[in-house]
Amino acid sequence: MSAFNAIGADQEVDTNAFTPGVEPRATWCPGCGDFAVLKTLKQAMVERGKNPDEVLLVTGIGCSGKLSSYFESYGFHSIHGRSLPVARAATLANPNLEVVAAGGDGDGYGIGGNHFTHTARENHDMTYIVFNNEIFGLTKGQTSPTSPKGHKSKTQPSGSAKNPIRPLEWGLNAGATYIARTAAVNPRQATEILVEAMDHDGFAHIDFLTQCPTWNKDAKQYVPYIDVQDSEDFEFDVHDRDEAAQMMRETDTRLHQGEILTGRFFVEEGRPSYSEEKRQTGQMPDEPIVEQYFDDDAEWKPSADLLDRHR
Amino acid sequence: MTDTELIWRLAGGSGDGIDSTSQNFAKVLMRSGLHVFTHRHYPSRIRGGHTYTEIRTKATPVQSRGDGYNFLLALGDSFARSPDEDAYYGNEEIKPLVENLDDLRDGGIIIYDEGVIDIDDVDAVLDTSLEELAAEHDWHVYPLDLRDIATEHGREVMRNTAGVGATAALLSMDLEPFEALMSDTMSGNALEANLTILEAAYNQIRDENEIDHDVVLPDGTHEEDPILLSGSHGVAYGALDAGCRFISGYPMTPWTEVFTILSQHLPEYGGVSEQVEDEIAAAGMAIGASHAGVKAMSGSSGGGFALMSELLGTAEMTETPVVFVEAMRGGPSTGMPTKPEQGDLDHVLYSSQGDSNRVVFAPGTIRECYEQTRRAFELAYEYQLPAIVIIDQKLSGEYRTVPDSVFTESAPDPDPGTVLTEEEIKDAAHHASGTYLRFQYDADDGVVPRTLPGQKGGRFLTSGNEHNPAGHISEDPENRRRQVDRRRTKQEAIRETLDETGTHQTRYGPEDARYGILVWGSQQSTVFEAVDRLNETDDSVSALGVSEMMPFPESDVVEFLESVEEAVVVEMNSGGQFRGLVQRELGAYGDRLSSLLKYDGNPFEPAEVVDGVRAVITDDPSEAPPTTRLEPTKAANSR
Ligand SMILES: Cc1ncc(C[n+]2csc(CCOP(=O)(O)OP(=O)(O)O)c2C)c(N)n1
Ligand code: SF4
Repeated sequence: MSAFNAIGADQEVDTNAFTPGVEPRATWCPGCGDFAVLKTLKQAMVERGKNPDEVLLVTGIGCSGKLSSYFESYGFHSIHGRSLPVARAATLANPNLEVVAAGGDGDGYGIGGNHFTHTARENHDMTYIVFNNEIFGLTKGQTSPTSPKGHKSKTQPSGSAKNPIRPLEWGLNAGATYIARTAAVNPRQATEILVEAMDHDGFAHIDFLTQCPTWNKDAKQYVPYIDVQDSEDFEFDVHDRDEAAQMMRETDTRLHQGEILTGRFFVEEGRPSYSEEKRQTGQMPDEPIVEQYFDDDAEWKPSADLLDRHR
Repeated sequence: MTDTELIWRLAGGSGDGIDSTSQNFAKVLMRSGLHVFTHRHYPSRIRGGHTYTEIRTKATPVQSRGDGYNFLLALGDSFARSPDEDAYYGNEEIKPLVENLDDLRDGGIIIYDEGVIDIDDVDAVLDTSLEELAAEHDWHVYPLDLRDIATEHGREVMRNTAGVGATAALLSMDLEPFEALMSDTMSGNALEANLTILEAAYNQIRDENEIDHDVVLPDGTHEEDPILLSGSHGVAYGALDAGCRFISGYPMTPWTEVFTILSQHLPEYGGVSEQVEDEIAAAGMAIGASHAGVKAMSGSSGGGFALMSELLGTAEMTETPVVFVEAMRGGPSTGMPTKPEQGDLDHVLYSSQGDSNRVVFAPGTIRECYEQTRRAFELAYEYQLPAIVIIDQKLSGEYRTVPDSVFTESAPDPDPGTVLTEEEIKDAAHHASGTYLRFQYDADDGVVPRTLPGQKGGRFLTSGNEHNPAGHISEDPENRRRQVDRRRTKQEAIRETLDETGTHQTRYGPEDARYGILVWGSQQSTVFEAVDRLNETDDSVSALGVSEMMPFPESDVVEFLESVEEAVVVEMNSGGQFRGLVQRELGAYGDRLSSLLKYDGNPFEPAEVVDGVRAVITDDPSEAPPTTRLEPTKAANSR
């Protein structure tokens, strides 16, 4: 018998199941885009037929990192930039978990950039949501890696001399197998994308445009978005790496001109996830590693088996 | 020296096969009934440079590398000279001969490869000629063209086999055990060629020389079945038997050894190994795997461990069990990559922000590496905090004979620690919202059982921020105090657990000794050998090898210090970090403690400890070996 009955349990759930009871009240500012991520994530879980006990949400630090406080599931509120290592190891320990990592643009594209590159490259089976508000929220409005060039803040009083990060192309180059951008202003599309991302077998990267009305007042996140899949103006094959790359480039450029294009930009099917790859090449057991500890029949080989080579 | 010993030094360039050759030779000695101990000395360089391995062998267990040596096999550095050019760095190829002469004991043996080492160059570098030096010290010199023998019957790289054949001839050893070992590891042409070379060199030495030296191979019989392995193996196998099934790491010398051993075996043991982008990821992954329910380990050496420190604190705050290894090398910064030092103790005890709440072990022998790594896992998973095993470049890389019973008696441990089953979760305390109360205030020993992601009804939030009983971020002062106090309680409980299972400090020497030596980690057995020598001359010295650093074994150390008039703390760093820890923990004994410190990249030799301790006893600091430093002297202490 599995030690993890919650996994795959099929019981009725609604969004309330993902809402913590009496506490805590969200400390996000009124009008903050983060509310939308929370709401759509709950909705997506329900649509995926998940119950809170089989979900592990790992967050970083920042306003975005507080997501795990307001979302009912197993949660690990880790440290700044490090949600991905924690999350990806959980997928290796127990591939049956629904693992979601989340954090801000400073968290994910700045301090955690190295982990982003490598997690995407390894194609871990998980979903990664980056709350992209083009600003450091929690530390009160400093320039972030996605802030546009020339952006002024207290730490960049003369305006940033750096070009912003282009997260979609980065994810593609690194090896993510599902890449999308969605926006808080469009909960319907966001929910759909989140469901797809979780369904996807591999690393799904979602650049989630959110607004920070407190520190980024002139943010373009308020302007209407265009859904690239729904619009006839954008024809590209989401499965074709080159076409997707071109579309992403254009999209990131337009973002900084104030036009928001959202949707799925790249979907690669059929590439085995990292765990699968490791299992196929004998680097990992077929059964979830964690199960061994609860399986009375599991075989525990002693290290003494290795001693012959030392005689 | 009462009993016979051979200390064989094999010197060459990195890449000349020093490691494998010496390991095979050590195995042959072990199989013939002897105890062995190996010591490695190498530069941070892949090819070339002067490197050596020493094997000390006796009929009785060997505690240290010893002082000096009595048999040199100088291969010369075959990478120093390009075949087409003149020497790259002057006379580098002769260094494995000329740079080793200082420590060679009188009456010792030298074999050198005439094919690589030009004796005229040697004489030019020495103030006098090798012949004269040999006459002065009664050295017995046997030049032999190892390169020629190797190329004639096989390939040049097989020079080391020729050297081993010559060694066997000079020690009147039987070739059969060498041949048996070679057949275990080689086959086909390579085996044929090596066997021929071995015999050719053996015969040539026998045929062309009159053997008249006094160096003999000791004669021994083991009491128990021995195995030959290193401290890194001790740690790695301890982890396997503790049920560790996940390792994540990033290479850094000397931690790489533990990481490599486990990476090679974890898949066949049902586990997984991950080489990741940096040490931060490595630490984060070990925490993630453990949070999901797998026993996990990571580790590094000084600089890499520094990168892990924020996550070390995260493990403490989120109460995630995890084991880290810190394999020390000379610091600070990248320091001396291939040289041992015990300079990271403070770093390991106190790194990361906030009050430290962790377990720290510093094993002193290979057996302790094994046992304490197991214990580190038990405590980490029982008490839900990080446990750290500190070793150093010396202990991690030294091969010694140990009885195989160290391993065979202990079956692997699948117990995941304090984790609730789904049945138990049903009856456990939950928040009104349905969340499992993972961080309740009142818990025995400070430990609230964990639940694992995926378990029904057990969901909870954990956070690196201070949190309330439900796991939610809280800055409430009352909550803060209670949580800190609860987590802190674990230290007392762990101390009690350790005390209940007997002392893990090693007392060595007479109970009623007048003087004491306090020592920790890898320097323990060297000190024990020194204690024997000191007592032979009636100095009345006893030692305490301490291997528990946090929680500190107060009663063991107090008992020891109360039993002696004064004590010297022996350690390989310049700041006296362990003496600092003792004084911090005990708040007394300042006037009874002094430090004997060594930090030149080489571990203590027993004679240095003997002389250093005598300098303290006689209150004559000028007697301390020049390679060490005494601090403070008694005079300064009593001021
Ligand atoms: C190692 C480390 N450095 C700095 C901080 C301080 N810090 C907390 S949140 C944050 C930036 C958050 O910005 P972002 O990731 O964009 O998230 P947002 O708050 O906008 O959601 C920083 C720098 C920290 N907690 N840890
Ligand atoms: S500071 Fe910005 S990002 Fe943070 S909660 Fe307020 S609006 Fe949201």
